[in-house]
Amino acid sequence: MPSWVNALFVLPMARVGDSVLFAGRALAAALRPPFEFKETARQLYEIGWLSVPLVAVSGFAVGIVLSMHTRASLERFGAEALIPAALTLALVRETGPLVVGLLISGRVGAGIGAELGAMKVTEQIDALEASAVDSFNFLVVTRVVACIVAMPILTTVMNFTGILGGWAAESAVSGLGLFSYLRAAFSIVQFTDYLPGTLKTMVFGFIIAITASYLGINSSQGTQGVGRAATRSVVLASVLLIATNVVLVRLIFFVFPESAQ
Amino acid sequence: MSQGTHPIQLEHVSKRFGSFRVLDDISLDLPKGEATVVLGRSGTGKSVLLKHIVGLMSPDSGRVVVQGQELTVLPAADVALVRRQIGFLFQNAALFDSMSVGENVEFPIRRHTQLSDRSVRAQAREKLALVGLEQDYDKLPGALSGGMRKRAGLARAMALDPAILLVDEPSAGLDPITSEEIDDLLIRVKKELGTTQVVVTHNIPSARRIGDTLVFLHKGRVLVRGTAAELERSKHTIVEQFMSSEAGG
Repeated sequence: MPSWVNALFVLPMARVGDSVLFAGRALAAALRPPFEFKETARQLYEIGWLSVPLVAVSGFAVGIVLSMHTRASLERFGAEALIPAALTLALVRETGPLVVGLLISGRVGAGIGAELGAMKVTEQIDALEASAVDSFNFLVVTRVVACIVAMPILTTVMNFTGILGGWAAESAVSGLGLFSYLRAAFSIVQFTDYLPGTLKTMVFGFIIAITASYLGINSSQGTQGVGRAATRSVVLASVLLIATNVVLVRLIFFVFPESAQ
Repeated sequence: MSQGTHPIQLEHVSKRFGSFRVLDDISLDLPKGEATVVLGRSGTGKSVLLKHIVGLMSPDSGRVVVQGQELTVLPAADVALVRRQIGFLFQNAALFDSMSVGENVEFPIRRHTQLSDRSVRAQAREKLALVGLEQDYDKLPGALSGGMRKRAGLARAMALDPAILLVDEPSAGLDPITSEEIDDLLIRVKKELGTTQVVVTHNIPSARRIGDTLVFLHKGRVLVRGTAAELERSKHTIVEQFMSSEAGG
């Protein structure tokens, strides 16, 4: 077989197959004991709790920007009264989940890729195995579970702070009170608008953790490899997340037809 | 040769990385309660040999039998049971960066015993005291010098009082006094606990002190095996050069 065929097709396909098996193994291991509760809790703290400031501040800023754009658009039609509802709808359905996904793939994806890469290079993963600990369960499954659990919570935080940011921007322009804003916001928005968008971030969490773990654990070539694993984790997780989002939105419209309205 | 007297047995073990043959038909029986020192030039497969004994690597051919269990055919859960009887000091200590020195030593104790939190900490402190690091319990590995990291790694390797202790380059990067202290500790552990030890080193004075048996690897094969005195009488040029040097010391 010519070497270019190998480099262009065979090796990438082998990598894809390997990563799919890796993801399947993580899913299967997450559902059967032994469960690493303590390490999962630690990862939830690292991945979830420590991301709250980033998500909250970003959400507030996104809310302000969305509010400004929404006002600029709706003002033309004399529909300023719809600004809170339009902003909230945009936020909970799509903007919140997607922005959280991208933020976490940056912060957490890079962190997991670099940490596992460094552990590989410094033989810490071998040391875990030599200590009779299943390193896959301890390092990968715990991060995957923590990411899956943390993402919907972080999305809710982003939605909440985004709505607050929207109100702050609107209040500065029109002097609208918080409760009036919230009443207007939730006059149209239903729970079915919030649920699918928020739940799909569990898939985002899975993608981020699996991609970063796979690249981290398979990193090589010393510290250069660690850096490469961190960068690739962010890039690949972000691309996969955006691509998967297309499929998920279509799926959500199919399962929750009211979401398409 | 029974596993009762020889807890580590390698039979015709070979391992390749690409076209490079790292281990070439190695057969060794390592006696219980003795320290076997593995010598050889860099890249002759000494660390690879240790990783085969703990099951981190599998041979391309041959058998690795540890405590009567053939690692190459055991299911993962049973390999883990064998590993609980093995302590491993890695070349660069491989301390877990996210844990303090104390937590590193506590780690295997917490994973594999039902001891109370207090007893776990007491046992970890005792092991750290053995290597002179009891004052550094709460420090992170990043705050330790190379020698201290190595000693902390040794404390972690000894945390469960393993029947087998695998030690990769215990004195690399250490000053001669600390190096001797580590040697003394290994000798004491062997005497008091009857631990079977496999020590990889380039340090000839250290090898003479620790080793009951010395094994010289060259190009993936066992070139000579015997006591330090026997190796010193060897007619192989490479062994002569090695034994007459004080390299790494």
